[in-house]
Amino acid sequence: MSAGTMDKVDLKALISATADAIAAHAEELTTLDQAIGDGDHGLNMKRGFEAVRAEADAFAAKPLPDALKAIGTKLVMTVGGASGPLFGTLFMALGKEISPETNRANLAAAFGKAIEAVAARGKSQVGQKTMLDVLQPVHEALLQGKTGAEITDAADSAADATVPMKALRGRASFLGDRSIGHMDAGARSTALLVRAVAETIEAHA
Amino acid sequence: MSNVGIVIVSHSPLVAEGTADMVRQMVGDEVPLAWCGGNGHGGLGTSVEAIMGAIDKAWSEAGVAILVDLGGAETNSEMAVEMIGEPRAQKIIVCNAPIVEGAVMAATEASGGASLREVVATAHELSPS
Repeated sequence: MSAGTMDKVDLKALISATADAIAAHAEELTTLDQAIGDGDHGLNMKRGFEAVRAEADAFAAKPLPDALKAIGTKLVMTVGGASGPLFGTLFMALGKEISPETNRANLAAAFGKAIEAVAARGKSQVGQKTMLDVLQPVHEALLQGKTGAEITDAADSAADATVPMKALRGRASFLGDRSIGHMDAGARSTALLVRAVAETIEAHA
Repeated sequence: MSNVGIVIVSHSPLVAEGTADMVRQMVGDEVPLAWCGGNGHGGLGTSVEAIMGAIDKAWSEAGVAILVDLGGAETNSEMAVEMIGEPRAQKIIVCNAPIVEGAVMAATEASGGASLREVVATAHELSPS
């Protein structure tokens, strides 16, 4: 991701890339969720991101803040699990905080606020084997001015780092120590989304 | 109706409907009652849209108490309350209580004309923490 303005961001391309990433990995996400959750994460996320893709033209016609809020609302209404409000809140809060002509500094600040909103929604914090464990290092990488590739690496490493963690929130927490040794499905889907967004922005920069 | 309304939100429509049956057996039609369950696509889960619809159906000016089963039902219910927004949101509370016992106890309390605060407190007494 190049620093400076991101006025070349093509929202339709971003929607397409994120929906493709989720669709391509839906079975993997479901398998991860079956190990320590209720096994619906892949299907739920795919349903939500396909619903967003179906209305990509309408979203892309809006200013960026409104588009992100509308995408978040769509995810809330279509995902059908706890991931709906959590990922929906991420996008809704991002839309609330981001400026129409966003730049790296604005994006990093908005992303930080969005993470706070997700933490509040899930009554969770970093270190509990959730999507927050990927969002936080991505935020730090954004603040540090890292490249898209570096941000993607940070997200992937952070998802991997959830493997030895013990789940303290969500369905996986019911398993206690047995949640150790499996990657958190929400952390994995978050890393997939980060990669899709970073690669799309780099390709269009 | 001036009694507090009760909304039951389960991942399973069978659990939600069965819980509602147990509530009805206890309080009849004295309490506005609605339930929802399932992800809206035939699977287990909870739907924000369905929860918002259930709140509308059980709406009372005295308020609405929501009983939920697992985490996603709670998160989706809180999201639904937020999307309904003020002024109604301040009269809707997601209870921290077991879904079946909580719904039956809360509805029984509500049927006597108790306030939302009293109804929720009755449900919370069932919770260990």
